[in-house]
Amino acid sequence: MTDHNDEPSREARAEAPALLPPVDVIEDKTGITLYADLPGVSKDRLNVHVEGETLVIEGELGLDMPKDLEATHVEVNLSRYRRVFALSKDLDPERMQAELRHGVLRLRIQKAEHARPRRIEVRAG
Amino acid sequence: MDYPTFPRDLYAELDRLQRQVQQAFELSPSIRGFARGGFPALNVASTPQSAEVYAFAPGLDPAALHVQLERGVLSVSGERASDFGDASVHVNERFVGRFHRVVALSDDLDPEQVHATYRDGVLHISIQRLAAAQPRRIEIS
Repeated sequence: MTDHNDEPSREARAEAPALLPPVDVIEDKTGITLYADLPGVSKDRLNVHVEGETLVIEGELGLDMPKDLEATHVEVNLSRYRRVFALSKDLDPERMQAELRHGVLRLRIQKAEHARPRRIEVRAG
Repeated sequence: MDYPTFPRDLYAELDRLQRQVQQAFELSPSIRGFARGGFPALNVASTPQSAEVYAFAPGLDPAALHVQLERGVLSVSGERASDFGDASVHVNERFVGRFHRVVALSDDLDPEQVHATYRDGVLHISIQRLAAAQPRRIEIS
């Protein structure tokens, strides 16, 4: 996970065509977990970063291709994944954990300490 | 083309349009349905020596993947479990459940020479062509 603030080509990259990976987002008391399908992306080709309040997930596809390959049927026709989410204020981007296993990214974002729900006791009068 | 008298909801109209376009371009669709958009997504390619199939099937246990080749027809099947416990779900787009995809390859493949590897969520199946079917250069004396 890296912070990118100085990349001149950031806008160019955002406009280049990319695959939109399907995601699941679930929430429990302590945070949010995001799962993203990124088949063909290895750890070193994955880039997860936060720009301000925006979460950016990017990955490059790397396949073993033999020589003289002639495509006959293509459903995945781009070699880059990109998806962007707006983070909400109750999440702490400093405490984010990313795991990549079998092409699935699991991203855990903890809630900020003050944002954890506190149960308010209701007393019978 | 006929147009409905009553405007219906937009998604139903798009569905209908998609079916019409499919019908216009695919004169005889496969009995197993429209090929695109299934899980896992498939790329198929060929070389003079082999057929190469890439199935984009992330998050699976390789031991639970079934790959079969019979008479040049390759099938890939398995099941993907849900990761949700009792947490609340905000976005739910990833495929869950049993899948089965079939792709017809050529007849000159050797069923004894199939190599399947699963890496980074991509199943790569490489099938060698039968030796007799490979192009041979004919020497001119």
